[in-house]
Amino acid sequence: MSDTPILELTGITKQFPGVKALSDVHFDVRPGEVHALLGENGAGKSTLIKVLSGVHKPDTGTILLDGKAVSFNNPREAQDAGIATIYQELSLYPELTVAENIFMGHAPRNRFGAVDWNAMMTRAEETLASLNIYDMDVRRKVGSLNVGNRQRVEIAKALSINARVLIMDEPTAALTESDVSRLFDIVRLLCERNVAIIYISHRLQEVFELADRVTVLRDGHFIDTQQVKDTTESALISRMVGRTIDNLFPKLESKVGEPVLQVRDLMREPFTRGVSFDLHAGEIVGLAGLVGSGRSELAQCLFGMLPAQSGEIRVFGKKVSIRNPAHAIKLGIAYVPEDRGTQGLVRAMSIRENTSMAILKLMSTGGFIKFGAEKKLAQKSIDMLNIRAYSPDQIVGKLSGGNQQKVVVSKWLASQPKILIVDEPTRGVDVGAKAEIHRLMSELAAKQGIAILMISSELPEILGMSDRVMVMREGRIIAEYPRAEVTQERIAGAMMAAKVDVN
Amino acid sequence: MASLSGTASVTKTANRRVRATSWVTQESVLAISIIVLGLVVSLINPNFVSATNISNILNNSSYIAIAAIGMSMVIISGNIDISVGALIGLLATIGGRLAVGAADGGYWIGWAYIIPLCVGVLIEGVIGFIVAYLRVPAIVVSLGMTSILRGGLILWTGGEWIYDLPRDFMLAQQQVLGVPVPVIFMVILTIIAGLWLRYSPAGRSIYAVGGNKEAARLSGISEKRVLMQVFMLNGLMVGFAAMMFATQFSAIQSTVPSGLELLIITAAVVGGVSILGGTGTVIGSTFGALLIHVIPNAMIFANISQYWQQAVQGVLILFTVLVDLYRRRRQSYGRK
Repeated sequence: MSDTPILELTGITKQFPGVKALSDVHFDVRPGEVHALLGENGAGKSTLIKVLSGVHKPDTGTILLDGKAVSFNNPREAQDAGIATIYQELSLYPELTVAENIFMGHAPRNRFGAVDWNAMMTRAEETLASLNIYDMDVRRKVGSLNVGNRQRVEIAKALSINARVLIMDEPTAALTESDVSRLFDIVRLLCERNVAIIYISHRLQEVFELADRVTVLRDGHFIDTQQVKDTTESALISRMVGRTIDNLFPKLESKVGEPVLQVRDLMREPFTRGVSFDLHAGEIVGLAGLVGSGRSELAQCLFGMLPAQSGEIRVFGKKVSIRNPAHAIKLGIAYVPEDRGTQGLVRAMSIRENTSMAILKLMSTGGFIKFGAEKKLAQKSIDMLNIRAYSPDQIVGKLSGGNQQKVVVSKWLASQPKILIVDEPTRGVDVGAKAEIHRLMSELAAKQGIAILMISSELPEILGMSDRVMVMREGRIIAEYPRAEVTQERIAGAMMAAKVDVN
Repeated sequence: MASLSGTASVTKTANRRVRATSWVTQESVLAISIIVLGLVVSLINPNFVSATNISNILNNSSYIAIAAIGMSMVIISGNIDISVGALIGLLATIGGRLAVGAADGGYWIGWAYIIPLCVGVLIEGVIGFIVAYLRVPAIVVSLGMTSILRGGLILWTGGEWIYDLPRDFMLAQQQVLGVPVPVIFMVILTIIAGLWLRYSPAGRSIYAVGGNKEAARLSGISEKRVLMQVFMLNGLMVGFAAMMFATQFSAIQSTVPSGLELLIITAAVVGGVSILGGTGTVIGSTFGALLIHVIPNAMIFANISQYWQQAVQGVLILFTVLVDLYRRRRQSYGRK
């Protein structure tokens, strides 16, 4: 690692109508280092990346590349200068092959000026091989690859344009554990080759595992840059949030009551294959498992989205067959889905309209919606969950990710459920909002006696919040631990057992 | 949803940007455009604002406006219906034939109004069923329906016009207190549909389905039921539009004016109904119908060649769609 920065930003300010997204931000990255960029949602990380990658032009400030001042008019110019970005939503063409995607825009040509397919295949294979990826067919369509493989294609694409600075925006958000460790290997490989990496993640463990330095932004302001080895997790959190969060997992003691949901031999091929468990009033049950183990599908089966083929579900002791979400809502079940963008919210609608969506009938008399009551409900949710909005009539598409998630949660709380199923409740949510959502879940269980089934891929969350932990694998629940006995190693062991490690 | 934020009470903490844009809704922009256009043209030719001309414009745009109410609901729900032009032709012919029959055979003339309305609801119900339950895209279903209706109409009428319409089948030529009946229908239907869309749970559900059908389904809203409802209401509106269309002259053509459905879709889109679904109002679509009639009329009064008309309409559509896309992009600003 060299000490002279390859890319250096000083005094960057960027103003949008009504919002100062960045003010006087400093940032630099050196060849061969991983520089983590941290901050809550809305802190300005995305804007900073967009300035770096030529999407936005800064209002003031300078960008130095190799010590020379540069200014990018568009993403193409930044790419040509060797700055590549891998966004959260991958930007590949699903209908094209791996090789075509890697060389999109700069395909090798033969002497007639046509695309030289053989050279393209060979060079795609070489590029992948240089990342120690030998198990990918470059002729396959990208749409048929899983998320981890698509990301590898995206990285290979960046290398094919000789990127010297690689920006990764939450690269692990959608990855399985084994894909994450493979990604880390690739990142380390790139560092050895003196590529500079800007790494954004909400998962602090990753920062400590991977990064050399870390920069914290808050509300568009530069807070500081430090060596990772000189700081701690709680120090980072307090700098990101601007206050100390004493407890990320405010678990309250709760009295576990009667079973409210009893499931026996539930089947819904191919993902749910004979699941049995009980859920009691007032308890939080963590459901762990790898991506693809059938956790979300189990939730969707219980919520009537994928109705069961056989087996038995009892709600408050009464046998039911849940046919559709409307039916599940009537039975007192609520489901906060994993993907709030596609399943949780109507972005074009206001907070008020989203909050009342599951209880529209209750919210109206004589065929008309009671706007007053609706507004009161939305305001109550805003206050209770600390949603950062100036009015219940604000459009949810304009809120930050964490606040959008809170709106989804408040929609389901409005339906006053007895059984709450939450699927990755804090994915992509910043630390402050995370603590608030945890506090809320804890209170719902302890004070209102709501039974909560919490699906999560974050083991600290599972460990911190659950009264009981169940582990799912291949469509079955294969292990169960009470709070007192559960450890990270035990869960991980159960999740992975009998799986052949691909590496 | 521009219209809803438009009437939202401004809270103490509302920031300036929002307050500044909250009255700039598609509806107010349209109303102002119509007024400004009227003022400018009346300076060139004062006859433009004469009572007769204004009454003409209103009268001519009313059946388009009524059909655009139904179309707006369909588009808000995330679908489209291009069979409405053909359907208006069919329903008008059914109404005309029944009216002639009533004059000859002595049954109640009311059937000449009621039966076309029912047929409209029925045919749109079939489209709704295929879209909602068989999951065929609405554009394909309504395209097929257009061919069936147009072909069927020619087979049935043999291309003959209906001339001998009885006097009591001239609803559109009547006036109440000096206001033409079509205008009254346009105003009343716009108000009822507008209130229903905005204040009823069923109306809200249409926006939810059009905005994000997966989220709507998870919230317990039945997409299938909403779509059936939307298409059947569209059929009812098309029925009303067809009645205004059929009774405005003393004869009914056997061939529908082609491009009628495009005019109706244009009215909705110009009125701010997003072609992508989820947003828009029927107040807007009615203003849209007025604007696309005011412009060619104003061009005649301002002595501009009529050949410009279609081009101007095209520019109007492109412009409104661009504004809509721009607004959507702004809406998603700030999301991570």
